[in-house]
Formats: sequence, C-alpha cells, structure tokens
Amino acid sequence: MSAAPLLSVQDLKVHFDVSRRGLFGGPAAVVKAVDGVTFDLRPGETLGLVGESGCGKSTLGRAVLRLLPATAGRVVWLGEDLHALHHAEMQEKRRHMQIIFQDPLASLNPRMTVGQIIAEPLTTFNPGLSGAQVKERVRQMMAKVGLLPNQINRYPHEFSGGQCQRIGIARAMINSPRMIVCDEPVSALDVSIQAQIVNLLMDLQAEMGMSLIFISHNLAIVRHISHRVMVLYLGKVMEIADRDSIYANPLHPYTQALNSAIPIPDPDLERQKDRIVLKGDLPSPLNPPSGCPFRTRCPRATEICAQVMPDLLPAGPSHQVACHHAGPRAD
Amino acid sequence: MTAILDVQGLKTSFSTPEGAVRAVNDVSFAIAAGETLGIVGESGSGKSQIFMSIMGLLAKNGRAEGSVRFKGQEILNIRVAELNKIRGVKMSMIFQDPMTSLNPYLTVKRQMTEVLETHRGMSEDAALAAAIEMLDIVQIPEATRRVHMYPHEFSGGMRQRVMIAMALLCEPELLIADEPTTALDVTVQAQILDLLGKLKRETGMAIALITHDLGVIAGLADRVMVMYAGEVAERANSGPLFRAPQHPYTQGLLRSMPRMDEVRANRLQTIGGQPPNLQRLPQGCTFRDRCVYAFDRCAAERPALRPIQDDRSKACHLEAL
Repeated sequence: MSAAPLLSVQDLKVHFDVSRRGLFGGPAAVVKAVDGVTFDLRPGETLGLVGESGCGKSTLGRAVLRLLPATAGRVVWLGEDLHALHHAEMQEKRRHMQIIFQDPLASLNPRMTVGQIIAEPLTTFNPGLSGAQVKERVRQMMAKVGLLPNQINRYPHEFSGGQCQRIGIARAMINSPRMIVCDEPVSALDVSIQAQIVNLLMDLQAEMGMSLIFISHNLAIVRHISHRVMVLYLGKVMEIADRDSIYANPLHPYTQALNSAIPIPDPDLERQKDRIVLKGDLPSPLNPPSGCPFRTRCPRATEICAQVMPDLLPAGPSHQVACHHAGPRAD
Repeated sequence: MTAILDVQGLKTSFSTPEGAVRAVNDVSFAIAAGETLGIVGESGSGKSQIFMSIMGLLAKNGRAEGSVRFKGQEILNIRVAELNKIRGVKMSMIFQDPMTSLNPYLTVKRQMTEVLETHRGMSEDAALAAAIEMLDIVQIPEATRRVHMYPHEFSGGMRQRVMIAMALLCEPELLIADEPTTALDVTVQAQILDLLGKLKRETGMAIALITHDLGVIAGLADRVMVMYAGEVAERANSGPLFRAPQHPYTQGLLRSMPRMDEVRANRLQTIGGQPPNLQRLPQGCTFRDRCVYAFDRCAAERPALRPIQDDRSKACHLEAL
C-alpha cells in the first residue's frame, strides 16, 4: 500500500502531571504515558496496537482522537494538525472518527433506548434529517451489525454483552466514519462472542472501507484482524511491522516474549513450547528505567541499554524496530 | 487413584425476584489426589458456582443440594465451624482479582500469619518465618522485607503470587484456582502458569483450574470438564479433548479462538447466538439453538452425560462428531 496516509502521528507525547501539590508543595512527578510515538495510518488499513497494561495504548488512542490533549507532537489528519484546530473545526472532523470501548454496557447510556443511542451521532451531524429518516437509517444500521431492528425501543440492560458491543459498533458506524479507534472491543466478551464481533468488524471494514486502530492485549486476535502491528512498552514504540513480519519474524526481544507468552490450546505443543518468561513486572511509569525502558526485563540487555534509548530504525520493508540488540530469537 | 474430592448430583440455585436461577444443574465429578482438573466455560456456565458451593461461599440467596465429599467426609452444607477445619487448610481457593480478595487494611504478614496461628497453633515468630519461606517459594523477591508491606504496594502479578502463597500456607491437598490469570497481562500470566506447574510437580497437590481460556489449561490440566449453562457438556483427558472434541460446543470453542501456531484464516469460525437465559432454560438440549448439528431429538429430550470412551463422556445425542 502506498496511498497517502489518512492519519500521520508525528513524535506524539502525552504526559500527565501527577505531582502532589499540598500546602508545602511536593515532588514534581510526570507520567509519560505516550512518549514520542510516530506512525501513519493508511485508508482502509487496520493497525493493531499491543502491549501490557500501562504501556500507553489507550492513551495513544484517545490522543489521536483529541479526547486527550497532546503535550508535544502532531496528529495530522489529511494534512491538518488536529491538535491545532479550533474547537468548532475539530467538532466538524469528529464525524469522520469514532471510538468503540471495552465495556459495552458501561459505554451506553442506560436511560436511552437503543434507537436513541445509535441515532445520536447521526442527528448531531445531520440536524436536518426528519424523524422518519433517522429511524430508517438506524434500522438499517441495526440490521447491518446483526441486531433485530424491532428491538429499536429497548434499553441497553435488556441486551447481552455481545449485543451491547454491536450497539456500540452501530453507533460508531452510523456516520460512515473514515477511522474508528477500537479500544479492547472484545476483551470483556466470552470467547464464542469475541469471534462474532471480530468477524463483524472485518466485514464492515470490507464493505465501508474505514481504517481501524485496534487496541488489544490479545495478540492472537490482533494477528487475525490487523494489517500492521505496533508494539508499545512504557509509552514508546518497540517494534512496528506488517502482520506477517511481526509474528513470523519478530526482531525485538519484547515482541518475542509477548508472542511466546500466548498459550496455545494444544496440550502437546503447549508443554513442549520454549516460552520466554520475562522476569518481574512492568516498571512504574512514574520512574521509568534510564535508556531503553524494557532493559530491566530484557534477556539481552547490556550496558548501552541503560544509557541510550535506541532509535526506531528500519529493519526491512515496512519493519522498524527500536533495540540495540535487535535480531531473531537465538534458539 | 483415590478421589480427593467427590461431587455427586450438585445443584445450585439462586432465588431472585424473577424466579429461581439454576446456576449448577446436577453436576457430578471427582478429582484424584495430585490431579489437575481444568474447568472451562463461559460466563454463566456455572463453573465458579460449583466451587463457591463446595467452599460454602454462596451468596445469601443461593442454595446447594447434592453431595460433596472431601476425602470421604461430607462437606456440603455442614456447619461453618466444621467446614473451617477443611477450607483454607486442606482445600484452598484463589480468585481472579487479587486486590479484592486481599484485605487492604492489613499487611501481608498479618494476613499470612493469622492462618498459621489459628489452624496450626504456631507462635508468631514461627508463623512469620513460614510466611517468608512461602513467599520465597512463589518467587517474590526480597520476601523478608516485602512481607511487612500492604497489598496496594504490590503489582497485580505480585498480589496473585501473595494469594497463592497464602493459599499454600497450610499445605492444602487441593488448590482451587478461579480464573487466576484473567486479570493479568500475558507476560505475567506466563509467569503464574509456570509457577502453578512447578507447584503441581513439586508438591503433588491436586488443582482445580477454572478458566474461560482453553489455552490457559492446555499446559497444565490432566483432565478437562467443559461446562455449558450449568451442566457438564464434555469431560475427557486433556490430550483427546483438545485433539478431537466430541461435543459440538467444545469444538466450537476451540475453533473460535484464533491460534498463534496456525496459519491465519480469513474468517474466524463462530458459535452463533448466545448462551440461554438460566431462568428460562429451553426444553431439550440447552445448546441446541447454537448447534449446527441439532436435529429433532435435541429439542425433545435433554441429553444426559454418558460415557463414550474410556475416561470420556459427553452430554450430546450425536454418536460421533
């Protein structure tokens, strides 16, 4: 794919000031949730965003939509920096970008009917539509996401988790947006329902051509849905590559560990598997390690890793990695 | 092998304003000494409520019937004082969310030594030494210092290790682990699964591992029990179950998970529909509305769990799959 990017994120930083300001002041403390992230998103493409909790993947998703302010860097949408727009201009852009959340029930207003929930973005951006037109569009959308249109007057609590997620998807899709940020959209769902929702998103993408930023900690599902995958660790990009490279030929030791940690539902393979078990937990984002943030858990770490954060460098066609010791697994 | 836990005809129901919810419906199984049994199912399948019933931890509106024998002794619905001689001592349970199952007001030391002082009559010093040793076993670094810390000072993975250490203090013969890795990141999940495997080999205790993720039990379980809508759908040794599932639901679950070791397919296979409402269970097979193989008999008659091969049974009218 060589089309012009829909979205171009350039050295984006989102820092949170978490200093405790008491009567006598307190130590300054900054969490660098997203720290210098650069990537492009092409039309019709799905970019998977993976990493452990606290790695900044949800913050990045929200900053891209300007639901959070950027500390530095640019989010360029079709040539315009979103974070430099006036409120009214940004509002106009929002019809083209939507978000789907993890907890399907919590993200729906319990006092609104399904019809009202799905119609809200439509009437916001098309105030001239008649009630009958709105209803017709909502019914079409409900049918498209696998809901029964005659349930239009029901309330969210009458639906199961999987159906609530379909309502959230219908709401996100009703304006035919060009990009949707999907923030852990299947993590709260049962296994048999996850597959239904993943298939639905892929079908809708094939039909309507929108780009997806798919945030998930489930690497197997990310592999299934994504064209390219970006691996984050403590706010920094460790590796970004097209799907097949990142799974078949990961070059960053963190990506390799993540891949090998996914359990395989086969007792023989699972028991023979040579799993890389990382030591310890994610370091506190308040006090990240010097140099490369992954070095405290990295099996390949050496002295230079404590001193210099490696740059994200090309390692092949559409493959970039940030590691002083990048390379295939040793075994 | 003798059964350490023998469950016969367990029925658990909850009374609600809308009528009774049958969470567990006539479930029988046994766990042998040293064996790891994986219990798999989706939310609402009854997999957790089986063990909440056994441990006497049901919500107030819950009621359990049937028989549960722990090493021959009936323990279902016995007096709390009697049950307390077994639970936490010979049979321990760990939960999904370690933060809500640890007491935030007490140090780890206080929570760990209490068990030993109550059940084992240990002195405070001896109990502290035992607690530190157990934290070492579950690989908590600097256990001597960390034992004096509060739960919020630990990360999620470390808290789950603390929970496991607490559960192991009295050297139980059965550890019940209810979704022990669901709240954890994959890299930490891998650590905890490794730890459980090591404990299983080294202590020889039996483990009941409850999960919704078939991948989690593949590496650990000797036998697997698949639950659907409060009933056992299929039960088999781990290898045969994963290689050739015999119940359409087991097959559907396995097929709907994308796998890292397989060539990526363009579409995921799915199980259509959704699990039934436990307040209004349909006639016949509870899975039939979602089953691609359903035929007339499935609507008329609920399939009983029946043996199909050695050590293997399923609740399905189909002869073979």
